[in-house]
Amino acid sequence: MTTPFIQFSNIAKSFGTNYVLKDINLSIYKGEITVIIGKSGSGKSVLLKHIIGLMEQDSGQIFIKGKPLSQLTSNMKKEFQKTLSYMFQDNALFDFMNIYDNIALPLMENSSFPENQIKEMVLTRMEQLGLTGTQNKFPAQLSGGMKKRVALARALVIDPQIVLFDEPTSGLDPVRKKNVHLMIQEYQEQFGFTAVIVTHAIPEIFKITQRIAMLDNGIIKFEGSKEDLLNSHSKTVNNFIRGEKF
Amino acid sequence: MGRRKTEFYVGLFVIIGILCSLYLFVNLGSVNFGKDKYYTVYGFFSSVTGLKKGARIEMAGVKIGVVSNVSIDKKQLLAKVKFSIYKDITLCEDIIASVKTSGVIGQKYIDIMPGGSDIILASGEEIYNTESSLDIESIVRKFIFSMDKK
Amino acid sequence: MVSKIIEKFGAKNIELVEALGRIVIFFLTGIKNIFVLPFQFNKIIDHTWFIGSKSIFVIALTGFFTGMVLGLQSYHALLRFGSEAALGSAVAITLITELGPVFTAIMITARAGSAMAAEIGVMRISEQIDALKTMHINPVRFLFTPRIIAAFISFPLLTAIFNILGLLGGFVSGSLMLGINKYVYMDTVFSSVNVNDILGGFYKAFVFAVIVTTICCYQGFYTHLFKGFGARGVSLSTTNAVVFSCIAIFISDYIITFFLV
Repeated sequence: MTTPFIQFSNIAKSFGTNYVLKDINLSIYKGEITVIIGKSGSGKSVLLKHIIGLMEQDSGQIFIKGKPLSQLTSNMKKEFQKTLSYMFQDNALFDFMNIYDNIALPLMENSSFPENQIKEMVLTRMEQLGLTGTQNKFPAQLSGGMKKRVALARALVIDPQIVLFDEPTSGLDPVRKKNVHLMIQEYQEQFGFTAVIVTHAIPEIFKITQRIAMLDNGIIKFEGSKEDLLNSHSKTVNNFIRGEKF
Repeated sequence: MGRRKTEFYVGLFVIIGILCSLYLFVNLGSVNFGKDKYYTVYGFFSSVTGLKKGARIEMAGVKIGVVSNVSIDKKQLLAKVKFSIYKDITLCEDIIASVKTSGVIGQKYIDIMPGGSDIILASGEEIYNTESSLDIESIVRKFIFSMDKK
Repeated sequence: MVSKIIEKFGAKNIELVEALGRIVIFFLTGIKNIFVLPFQFNKIIDHTWFIGSKSIFVIALTGFFTGMVLGLQSYHALLRFGSEAALGSAVAITLITELGPVFTAIMITARAGSAMAAEIGVMRISEQIDALKTMHINPVRFLFTPRIIAAFISFPLLTAIFNILGLLGGFVSGSLMLGINKYVYMDTVFSSVNVNDILGGFYKAFVFAVIVTTICCYQGFYTHLFKGFGARGVSLSTTNAVVFSCIAIFISDYIITFFLV
């Protein structure tokens, strides 16, 4: 068995007396699309934020290619995190900047490309995502779906190795939802990045994923392929998928 | 808001601000950039009560300079006043510098009575004849003591 | 009962020390990043435009009327001692050493400081600051450093503008309206102020620039740590930013004056 790209081992995290993550064990493999499902408020976003370093676990270890994250030198940690991209649930676009500057920002601040090359890269991404013509608009002037695509463009512009999606399809109509999923799949195939998606879009998401994990009550209730999930005998899993109370 | 426009307004703001600062420093603070328009002479006084740095120096009621420093001369234990006099004014060595008051509680200033000597004071030299400030308190005290004696 | 009170007192103290530590680290990180290349030239221009250029009109207006009222009040106060001729120096000294820097700082706090706190606060609650972190952009460098440089440029210049307009206001009310000889007014203005007074005013402006930007940006940046979430949190941190800035301006004004005089 290959070493997982990212592996959570006994991760726990609490906010005050509220234990959000109790004992998380989860593996994410390179080049796959891993989907994390679960009830709202079950700590899926919190889990994602541990990968990118926005939050630190209370106990447990995160392994990157078999090495514990806490033992990496700060330079290695930086190098690893530079290959990550995060797409926020509420987009988190910079509302004081126009669309072009929003997408160009990660390149402007962290890369040594000349300005005209950055422009070319940004415009290519915008074209691929159907955002041509919105360069000089501000996020508040765009519709929800457009903002999502801007956020996606911003996440993909640095050619990341791992992209973390925090509910990429929330607030989209079924057509757009499907488009975003197809887009993720297409780009994933094209660029070969590793994707981790937190989503409520069941069952649409099953079409593009290789691995599914279900988070409930602070632990991983299920981890495996979608066939395993559909054939699962666990009552919790079954009820959740069918949207029944449990 | 275009980039150019923003830059224009920032430039305008900085220019206005620097002009205002320069005005304050040059005209109010009497800071001289470049050429010095004063020359310096010194005067020793037994008392300069109330005389401050920046006070006017007048001759015949016309401003001819400013007091640029007031300190104590440690050997003679006298007040040493640094006079900054306009360059186009020449003073002879027998002038009399006296500390005077404008109004009852008004500011102290230096009045210079012109002399008749041919020898002209050069920069850095000192004035021989000085009159100290009229100290109302000591006059009153003298008056009371003289009453006591009688 | 008693132990509970002591407990609460202790908790408050720990909170206070933590907040002080955070604000000092925040400030030092911001200052350190001034010297980290590349220089954020465009952002400094933008913030100077916002803090400085857009404040000129407000500062000019308040400066002018402060000078006017100063002329009017001092005239009547000086009249009692028969030394209304000293009006020029009264107005000039008060303006340049005290009112100029303090009023300018308070006006900028009201105009730009509150906006800084609100803007950064909204960025915090809408996860934009987290987004910066995920892009490996230091949010303190990105948000605070250009603002403090812009404030460093803007505060002294606005103070100078305030002073000039104030002197003009004093001239209008004292000389044109109350009839003090205009040459006497100008002469007392010129002769009473010395370089140290002007420098003192500028020192104050620099210190206020640091205090106001640090407090306002800090309040916005740590919006999520205060009681109240979302819009309520932003409104709270904006209010705090303005109130704390003003208090800090007055206290530090006393301390600087104490050392300058």
